[in-house]
Amino acid sequence: MAVALLLGWIATTSSRRHQSFGFGFLAEDTNFDIPFRLIPWAVGDTYARALLVCLLNTLLVSAMSIVAATLLGLLIGIMRLSTNWLVRNIALGFIELVRNTPQLVQIIFWYVAVLQTLPGPGQSIPLGGGALLNIRGIYLPSFIANDLANRVWPLAFVLLLAIPIVWRVQLRGFPVRMKSLLLLLPAMPLFAAGIDHTDWPVLHGFNITGGIQVVPELVAVWAGLSIYAAAFIAEIVRAAILSVHKGQREAALSLGLRPWQVLSKIILPQALRVMVPPTTSQYLNIIKGSSLGAAVAYPELVAIFAGTVLLQTARETETLAILMVVFLSINLIVSALMNWYNRHVTLLGG
Amino acid sequence: MSRLHVGLAACGLAVLGVLAFAVAATATAQDVVKSPTMDTIKKRGELVCGTDTGIPGYSYQDSKGEWLGLDVDLCRGIADALFGSPAKVKFVGTTSKVRFSVLQAGEIDLLVRNSELTFVRNTQLGLDEPAINFYAAQTFMVRKSLNVAHAKDLNGATICLLSGSTLETNIADFNRANNVKINTLLFDRPEEAFAAADAGRCDGYTDDGGSVAAARSTMKKPGDWMFVPETIGGLQPIGPYVRQGDVAWSRLVKWVHYAMLEGELLGVTKANVDQVKASTKDPETRRFLGLEGDFGKLLGVDNDWAYRIIKDIGNYGEAYDATFGEKGLGLPRGMNNLFSNGGLHVTISWH
Repeated sequence: MAVALLLGWIATTSSRRHQSFGFGFLAEDTNFDIPFRLIPWAVGDTYARALLVCLLNTLLVSAMSIVAATLLGLLIGIMRLSTNWLVRNIALGFIELVRNTPQLVQIIFWYVAVLQTLPGPGQSIPLGGGALLNIRGIYLPSFIANDLANRVWPLAFVLLLAIPIVWRVQLRGFPVRMKSLLLLLPAMPLFAAGIDHTDWPVLHGFNITGGIQVVPELVAVWAGLSIYAAAFIAEIVRAAILSVHKGQREAALSLGLRPWQVLSKIILPQALRVMVPPTTSQYLNIIKGSSLGAAVAYPELVAIFAGTVLLQTARETETLAILMVVFLSINLIVSALMNWYNRHVTLLGG
Repeated sequence: MSRLHVGLAACGLAVLGVLAFAVAATATAQDVVKSPTMDTIKKRGELVCGTDTGIPGYSYQDSKGEWLGLDVDLCRGIADALFGSPAKVKFVGTTSKVRFSVLQAGEIDLLVRNSELTFVRNTQLGLDEPAINFYAAQTFMVRKSLNVAHAKDLNGATICLLSGSTLETNIADFNRANNVKINTLLFDRPEEAFAAADAGRCDGYTDDGGSVAAARSTMKKPGDWMFVPETIGGLQPIGPYVRQGDVAWSRLVKWVHYAMLEGELLGVTKANVDQVKASTKDPETRRFLGLEGDFGKLLGVDNDWAYRIIKDIGNYGEAYDATFGEKGLGLPRGMNNLFSNGGLHVTISWH
């Protein structure tokens, strides 16, 4: 009913605006550049490909932020419960500062007040190993593939993927653990065999050319999203740890476990069950928050689709509908995965 | 005798016919001035004018919250023609993304927001483009230290710009046509884009000539920056937009703009308008100032409308000087001169 009403409303408004509702424009050719992308993009590709390029940019910064926010949140949350006054209060100060200022302001702060104080391309700071740092980002040397790369790089990749699996395997009753790292020995020469030459970043004209550029826009959005979410996750971690009965801790200590072992083997596994559901909503907030990247020129979905594409095609309703459907899908998938994980840890806990 | 009678009767009929036609024609002229938009504005008691949220030159607020700018002057001129007071305007700052939707939805009476006139906006969006109040071309602003003489020298450079306009397309076209690669960095709001250009994240900034002049005025050291003389993407005619379907309203917007140009052509200024009105014998000037003819009635306003615009706001040249020109951003008049001074602004005669 509501959907029918909405569609009817869209139909009347679009006819008032001299336009028919439709997604045919996605197959049309674009005429704009996307400054940062993970897959090849050229002016003249279709709008559908622009959607894919931007979707990957959104997913990249969201995934990076989720990982960083989780690790940082865990660390701060544990610090918050430390017996050391200084450590405890540093964590408290961090949480209160970050939680109580707007996220957009934080992202712009990282971009304008921190990253834009770096020197220009002519005065790049060498980071060692051929890497350069300047106001336009971090430039890392990259490896240019030779003819063999198509065959040897996938093999090396499979070996890398195998490490965490082999880690858990039991050989004659003993877990493999650290020995799984021996897989790196064949993986590294295989990777090296696929390298034709190294592309070093060098100053050429206005900009640094060669190598891989990690743009400051990505770093600013990443920092803004993960630090903001980390403050909330830290409070979730603290609450979860406090929810574990103190008898568990006392019992573990009286058995002679070290404080670190108490935390990692007794407290955290039990706290995890409490942590997962509220952390899921923090992850969803990170994904939605990635749209703030538009403010600092990070070409994610909202920046390009609600900006350039909307204006060039004059299809407000369609582009915004696409954005809503895409974000809804990403978030439903992430929450489904987290729910699956939640059931997994709940079952393990008995 | 009878023939003479018939002849006289025929002449009489003809005269009557002409008279009837003339009466009908007058009636038609007045009927056309029926404008739903103007009725709404008069009923409301003020004009609602969509402008930029704030860009020096076109439309911005001073420290007292007073709106200033070339676009603002056009809005004030229309209010002055309708109400006899340039103050009866409510300014609504619109962003580049929502400007046309806001106009189409009827939330504003007209949009004067440094918007380029284009084919698609006229046809696909169903909007009228009654006048051109500013001529611009996409201009690059770079640091003087980079020694850029031509747009092609920007090969490999990164340029900051605002998203959602024709600027990106022009750069993409320029890159393809000249086999160069000018990189772009797209910002949502001017504040961050200016900051990024100033800090050196980009080698330069681009927008239409007027906006780039505004951008330069916000740099920490405006003197360190220069405009690349060569422009790209062709001429950008910038002007007001109204919804289609209200001819009389569209016409009023058009003629307020032309009145400001006509004032400059006739040499009528804010300072001398009363003196000219009292003494002029030039028929064109007399018609312009409402001393002869019914030019106000034909537009649906009173006969003093053009006089008031010059008296309260000034002619186009004065408005330009105060905003973009010597007293404003220091942008040379160039293409925005009248045709009589080698510029592109053309007037239409008052008869």
